[in-house]
Order: sequence, then C-alpha cells, then structure tokens
Amino acid sequence: MTIDHPVALAPADRAVRLLGGDLTEKALRLHLDGLAGVDAVGLEARAADLATRSIKTSSKAWALDTIIRTCDLTTLEGADTPGKVRSLVAKAVMPDPSDPSCPRVAAVCVYGDMVPYAVEALGAHHGDPEKGLVSVAAVATAFPSGRASLAIKLADTREAVAAGADEIDMVIDRGAFLSGRYGLVFDQIVAVKEACRRADGSYAHLKVILETGELQTYDNVRRASWLAILAGADFIKTSTGKVSPAATLPVTLLMLEVIRDWHRLTGETIGMKPAGGIRASKDAVRYLVTVAETVGEQWLTPHLWRFGASSLVNDVLLQRQKMTTGHYSGPDYVTVD
Amino acid sequence: MSRLAVPKTYKLAIGGKFPRSESGRTYAVASPSGRFLANAALASRKDARDAVVAARAAQPGWAGATAYNRGQVLYRIAELLEGRRAQFVDEIVQSEGVTAAVAGAQTDAAIDLWVWYAGWADKYAQVAGNGNPVSGPYFNLSVPDPTGVVAAIAPQERTGVSLLGFAAVVAPVVLSGNTTVVVANEAAPLSAISLAEVLATSDVPGGVVNTLTGSPAELAPWLASHADVNALDLAGAGSIGDGTAWIDLQISAAETLKRVLPPVSGAPAPSLERITAFVETKTVWHTKAML
Repeated sequence: MTIDHPVALAPADRAVRLLGGDLTEKALRLHLDGLAGVDAVGLEARAADLATRSIKTSSKAWALDTIIRTCDLTTLEGADTPGKVRSLVAKAVMPDPSDPSCPRVAAVCVYGDMVPYAVEALGAHHGDPEKGLVSVAAVATAFPSGRASLAIKLADTREAVAAGADEIDMVIDRGAFLSGRYGLVFDQIVAVKEACRRADGSYAHLKVILETGELQTYDNVRRASWLAILAGADFIKTSTGKVSPAATLPVTLLMLEVIRDWHRLTGETIGMKPAGGIRASKDAVRYLVTVAETVGEQWLTPHLWRFGASSLVNDVLLQRQKMTTGHYSGPDYVTVD
Repeated sequence: MSRLAVPKTYKLAIGGKFPRSESGRTYAVASPSGRFLANAALASRKDARDAVVAARAAQPGWAGATAYNRGQVLYRIAELLEGRRAQFVDEIVQSEGVTAAVAGAQTDAAIDLWVWYAGWADKYAQVAGNGNPVSGPYFNLSVPDPTGVVAAIAPQERTGVSLLGFAAVVAPVVLSGNTTVVVANEAAPLSAISLAEVLATSDVPGGVVNTLTGSPAELAPWLASHADVNALDLAGAGSIGDGTAWIDLQISAAETLKRVLPPVSGAPAPSLERITAFVETKTVWHTKAML
C-alpha cells in the first residue's frame, strides 16, 4: 500500500466520526503522522516526578485494595494446565484466605483454550467486576507474537468468546505497524472487534495490546494508541509481558494522555491496562498516582483500569497483612505460584 | 602543610551492598571518653525489612554450597581479618578505649574464632546427625538442616565485644547454611561494619550476613515479629530496656514459632551448641540392599 493509492478501510464508527465518511489509508496516515511529537525528556521527568509521591496509612490501604480490585490475575505459560487455572481462579475469588475483607481481583487472564476451565471454576462468581464478581479475559489473535493469518486470529477470538470470555486481549501486528501499514493494523483490529460479537449481539470487551517494548519510540506509542482507539478498542494495553521492556511508567503516562485527549474530544471513556514487569506494590501505587493525576480518580475502577500481573497480588497481600497485623509478613503466608 | 583528615562513612551492609539507612538517619559514635569518632547509619525498621528480604534471597544458594566450601569461605574470612589486623586493633582502641595490647588480644580471639568455626562446617553434621537403629532392611538417617533466616542482636557491652561478640554471633549461624540479619553493638558499631567489608571481599555471597547499626531496642521487636525470620539469637538483647524486655521479644517470636536463644553476658564462647541451636533435624529413611 502507498499513500498515493487510497484504499477503503473496514468501517469503524469512531474513525468515521473523526476522519469523515470516506475512510482511507491516506486519511488515517495523515491523521496519525500529524500527531504532535512526544517530548521524551518531559514525559520521563513527569513520570519520575509522579513516582516520588508518598502514599501512607489510610490512602495506602485504599490503594492496596484498589490494586487487587483492578488486577487481572494472569497465567500465560506454555505449561498451563486446567489444574493451574483452577487454582488461579480460587485465588482470584479469595486472594487472602486469612482475611475475608480482602477484595476479589477483577479478572483472570488465560489463554483461549483455558477459558472453559476458568468459566467452570468460577461458577456463580463469574460476572461483572464492578459488582464484586470476576471476569474471564482471554488472550487471542496468536498471542504473543500475533504472527498468523487474519482468519486464524479471528477464529482464535471467536472460539474464546463462544467459550465464555468476557474480555479479549488482542495483539496488534507490530511488523505491519512499524513498516507504516497503518491501514492493515486498523482493519485487523476492526475485524477482531467484530469477532468479539456474541450471539445475543453484545460484544466482549476488546483490549488492544500495543507491545510498546517493540515500538521503539514514544511517537509510535502515541500513534498506535490513537490507531487502536480509532479502530474501536475498549482498552489499550501496554504489553504482552513476553517482551522486555514491558510496562513502564512513562509509556503508561503517555497512553493515559491519549485517553485523556480522546475523552476531552468525544466524551468517550477508554480503559488502560499496563501489563508485565509490575511486581511490587510500591510500583503499582505509582501507577495509581499517575492515573489519578492524568485522567482522574474516576478511572480507578475495573471498567477503566487494570493491572496485568501474576506476582503483584502476592506482594500486595504481604503489604495488606503488614497493615492489619502490625508485623511484617513473609512468602510462607501467600500462595506459591 | 597539614593534610585534611578523610573520615570514613560507616554505612549499613545489606545484600552485598553498603547503603545508607533508607530513613536518612545517622547517629554519632563516640569513644568512652566522649570524643567523636564517626557518624554511623541509624537503621530503621524498613532497613531491617530489606535486610530480611536480602537474607531470604541469599539463603538457598548459601545452604546449597557444599559444607566443605562454606568452611573454606569462613577460613578465608580469618585470612583477610589477619591482613587487616591493624585497622581492627585501631578501631577497637578508639571505640572501646582500651590499650593496643587488649585490642590486639580481642582481634586475635576473633580471628581464631572464625578458624575454629570454619573447621566445624563439614564436621558438625557427623556430631549432630545420626544413623538411627531400626528393625528393618532400611537406613534411618537424621541430618541437621539450616533453619533459614536468623536475626541476631550482637552483644552490647561497652568493652571487649565490639568485634569478638559480633563474630561469635555470626559465625555459628552462617556456617551451617543459614543467612542472618545482625544488629551490631550500638555504642561501638565500627568494627562490625569494617568486618562487613571483610565479608564482602572474602567469597561470602551478598546477603548472607546483613549488618544493621542502630538501636536494638528499636529494631529487635520488628525482627522478632517478622513472619519471614526463622530464628532469633538474643545474645545482646539483655541490655534492652530494664533487662527483661527480651522476654517480650521471645513472646512475639513465639507467634511465628521461631527458635530463640536467650541473652548471654559478654561474647558467647565458641561452642557446638550455638551451631546446633540454628539447625533443624530432618529424618529420612532409605532402603538398603537385602544381600
């Protein structure tokens, strides 16, 4: 594809509204390349400044509970088994058996073929995290590389949705994005969004993984964020967790700024999910500060904010136990993952 | 032309690094006559927490080293102490206010103590373990296993223990494969930090011995109640408060089933009991040939 040869894109409501009815690759490219460049030094300085806030006592207790409430408890290993998914679900429903006041996590995040086991294990606890229940999120579209034909990606997505996944975490085609084929990436997100449609006409929530560790520059992260939102993403997500660097605070701040700008422009709320590499409560609290300072505290609900993490919950539980018992806890008092 | 003195900054030793206290606090260390010697870091409960994390991380690797290898590492500590003898004598003279001869005797005793315990590293298991007699065609073996992370309060007397007391607490704990968090002598912590520098350059893996300087009264309760500490050596805890405060430490340690060694006066004498106090006996059976 070249910019001189306009190609019709699959229809996408948001993009049509912003860029006009005859949606072409050229219009998309003009918009994305026309975005202002990112002040990398300013961005990193702002993120470092937000990371210095000191959160103590009751604010800290609230932050720890918010981290658990908005966490996607994740297992994405080749060695996953139905048994491992069941124990993950047991932990999602009751993160700290020694303290019933501990909130549940927002969702469990598994590979597509594990969705039936997660749904079965959740039983009556399966549902909307805003109501204290636990969702099932499935990674799809040939996660983590995304290197498969569109037909396979769509089949992957449909199968997970049919099995009962409430949320689909898709990866974008980073190769196509980096070589400038924005139209292809856009079309694929639109097609996957369509594949998220259930029999009753409702849609599974779509989280679009940008894999920022492979996008090279902050400018690309900003472009990819806009691209994903225009194509219909409900959430934008930093990383698969399989590539280093995964989520970083500056990248999350930058993506939140795009979400803020989109909210100001259209009034629509888009969710954000940093994933990978967030292991300590202290780091997670910094992300919460960044959300509150960038898009506002109302974003700190499971519908608009998630952590993608596997070991973070254990560290948060240790901190929680310290706050309730008054003495330091240890790894013997949380699960072995 | 006179030269400006370059005073040393005495910091903590946590995980093979020498950080300042996260609290940023320091306290002045003085000689018995009140002369200023140095500023030492005043460790906070969060430093103690970090030290336990470092000790826990280092424990499997240290316990996984062969007993012979641990003995060699302990002997190496004695070798390096010998090489830096003058520095230790000087620090003891200054911080305890004793003569060079007395300080030299304490340093020699500390060096000999490392050698004594180094020898035990691959021998204590033969004494503390056993092949139990059974009425069947199998072996039944009891072997001592390190208990894990041991928190210790070094002896706190003003004289005679600043180096020797510290070594006499640390050596028997680590030789079996435990890792440790030690609160040094509060009034005379300089030798303990200099010893930490020796440990850092003598093949002891980072995190095996973590040294905190500061107030035992402030730090000990946090270590005693810490759920990830397996045992408590209260050697120097008799000096906290009115002398009975260590009983409260013992009570809070009981909450998480820690082994506790009660206070002693002065530097504990080298003994096999101090080694076996921090090991657990694991008994296993194994088939033997019926031929």
